[in-house]
Amino acid sequence: MTASTAPTGVPADAAPVAARPGRPHRATPVRRAARGSSRPRRSVLLTLTTGIVLVYSLVPLAWLLINATKTQSSLFGSFGLWFSGDFALFSNLAQTLTYDDGIFVRWLGNTLLYVVAGAGGATALAVIGGYGLAKFSFPGKRGVFAVVIGAVAVPGTALAVPTFLMFSRMGLTNTPWSVIIPSLISPFGLYLMWTFAAEAIPTELLEAARMDGASEWRTFFRISLPLLAPGIVTVLLFTMVATWNNYFLPLIMLRDPDWYPLTLGLNAWNAQATTAGGEAIFNLVITGALLTILPLIAAFLLLQRYWQSGLAAGSVKE
Amino acid sequence: MTALPRTVLRGVALAGAATLALTACGGGSADDGGTAGEPVDTGSVLEDGGELLVWAWEPTLEQVVEDFEAEYPNVDVELANVGTGNDAYTALQNAIAAGSGVPDVAQVEYYALPQFAIAESLADLGGLGASELDGTFTPGPWASVQQGDGIYGLPMDSGPMALFYNEEVFTQHGVAVPTTWDEYVEAGRALHAADPEVYITSDSGDAGFTTSMIWQAGGKPYTVDGTDVTIDFTDEGSARFAEMWQQMVDEELVSPVAGWSDEWYQGLGNGTIASLIIGAWMPANLESGVEAAAGKWRVAPMPQWEAGGSDTAENGGSALSVTAASEQQELAYAFIEYANAGDGVQTRIDGGAFPATVAELESEEFLGKEFPYFGGQKVNEVLAQSAQGVVEGWQYLPFQVYANSIFNDTVGQAYVSDITLAEGLADWQEASVAYGNEQGFTVSD
Repeated sequence: MTASTAPTGVPADAAPVAARPGRPHRATPVRRAARGSSRPRRSVLLTLTTGIVLVYSLVPLAWLLINATKTQSSLFGSFGLWFSGDFALFSNLAQTLTYDDGIFVRWLGNTLLYVVAGAGGATALAVIGGYGLAKFSFPGKRGVFAVVIGAVAVPGTALAVPTFLMFSRMGLTNTPWSVIIPSLISPFGLYLMWTFAAEAIPTELLEAARMDGASEWRTFFRISLPLLAPGIVTVLLFTMVATWNNYFLPLIMLRDPDWYPLTLGLNAWNAQATTAGGEAIFNLVITGALLTILPLIAAFLLLQRYWQSGLAAGSVKE
Repeated sequence: MTALPRTVLRGVALAGAATLALTACGGGSADDGGTAGEPVDTGSVLEDGGELLVWAWEPTLEQVVEDFEAEYPNVDVELANVGTGNDAYTALQNAIAAGSGVPDVAQVEYYALPQFAIAESLADLGGLGASELDGTFTPGPWASVQQGDGIYGLPMDSGPMALFYNEEVFTQHGVAVPTTWDEYVEAGRALHAADPEVYITSDSGDAGFTTSMIWQAGGKPYTVDGTDVTIDFTDEGSARFAEMWQQMVDEELVSPVAGWSDEWYQGLGNGTIASLIIGAWMPANLESGVEAAAGKWRVAPMPQWEAGGSDTAENGGSALSVTAASEQQELAYAFIEYANAGDGVQTRIDGGAFPATVAELESEEFLGKEFPYFGGQKVNEVLAQSAQGVVEGWQYLPFQVYANSIFNDTVGQAYVSDITLAEGLADWQEASVAYGNEQGFTVSD
């Protein structure tokens, strides 16, 4: 992610110098935390609680993994938390990807589209907006602040129905736009970028750039953006998870299964079992669910250090 | 996450339904929703072609659409599964309320059809040629698609009820297959006594099952005449069912597993749910969902109230309807006629569906088919026989979808608390009457 957001032609003199003043600010709390953990105080209670939480969160994953290796009939005929019967993972995978003319692949593509366009767009807007709010003063800024804070408090679910009514009047329901456009707005991401930009970019640096005659856009792209990278990744992860797992919004917006994201598609597969004449495909629902969470797990593992440093941003005032 | 959205969604749907019902009543009987034109000259309509949007969840329709498009290349049919049952009705009601994205053809179950018909959401197919199809379909489904003078859909499948049972379990415990409801209760006791894990059936409160059982018992709790509705669950048939089933619930002879859940499929597979009283569309579900019990299941006629009787009822089943909002009603009608009364019927039977057409139900090929899943039994003989015995005169409410949605809050309580089924039915009646009156119907009990 850093590679794609960092400008390719960074002037050798500007970027490293520019980056330096920002770094210590963010690095300090992390280092402090690390020092604290080198002298551990053992607590049985804490270890036990953590252990329980760990098991609690891993058991469903283990269940998913184990049961994705079973056939439809051995699913019902065997103990849930251990392997049984033929190892059917690969045939399940093949079936999942080809069932109903490969509709699962189509749903995967849709989810990717919604994530790239929706979460990507939301991140871009949050970065630009947060930067602007943090580094420029203009009349009405307090008002904007109030609105953003207020918007953070309103759950998206509560807005889904009004949004549906509005979109249906505009003729946008049942199109990818009906999922992408609402996903573009992330008040929390905006707020996070705002506080992050305020901390991470020294105003003096921007003034120096302006003195040297850089335009505002150039300053933003060449100087501010690289400094914002950890924050951007954090917001991107937040919006990505939100869009990837989005269920309710597409549920009321979309009717055409060709535009379903994975969440709705899996639900539709699951519902097949409740139909007269429908085919019960629990094994494919389980394998599909496993495939659905893999990209998210990968994203978290790859980006986790950004995620941590980003979360800590703005939490310590120096 | 799960609780809230459903409620909100239902709210939207109900708001939509409310508006629809009110406009329907305001409009009076000025005209019916559909075109009252000439019977469709299907040939030329199909020749001209066009695009059709079909909302249905019936899996066998996929092949029908494919064949249809091959035969009439100018017609482009888009088949979308927007959800099953209630989900589909919510979607349909939302689309109609929003005035956009309404499909040309929708799959509607018989119990839900009056609700859409009276709201003038569906086209009257009588003038398009459906009135000439009298006698094509079995009486139960054919009556179900008619409302007043209009015909609001063509029956796609039907669900005359039968007793599906796991022969191995019955034989193992030396219990005879019941032919009357008294024997059924006895069999339930014997099975559960022989093995406490085994239940004769499962029921956790299901509106479709309860209404069908009352239907077979000769009850007619709903009488509908235009917007005048009577709801009365104290008639003899309803009481007869409630009394018999109360024993099953009181003695805990029915498994509390909810129908269509994964535990239910598991129970059907491992023999802990030993039988089902259910519609004739069940074989396909058993074959695909309960592979583990292949060869063990059999089908017998539905148990009777009087020994030697042959009364049955319909359970489930659905029609294809043309929406009033469709701009291509003639083409849409041509499609549903193909699917439900034409070449599509055989295609769907081959796919495992149970038809509603007389010709197919009487054909040698259909009746003689041996089902390996049922140990080679000629299952259709039993099921077709059941279609003959459907008790006449049953009606559903013009707001049955809503009524069924509150079933679990009323009758369903009899399964989990100490109120009786009869009391639950009285609660259901009261709540349904109140809702109907709010919607602008004249409902009495």
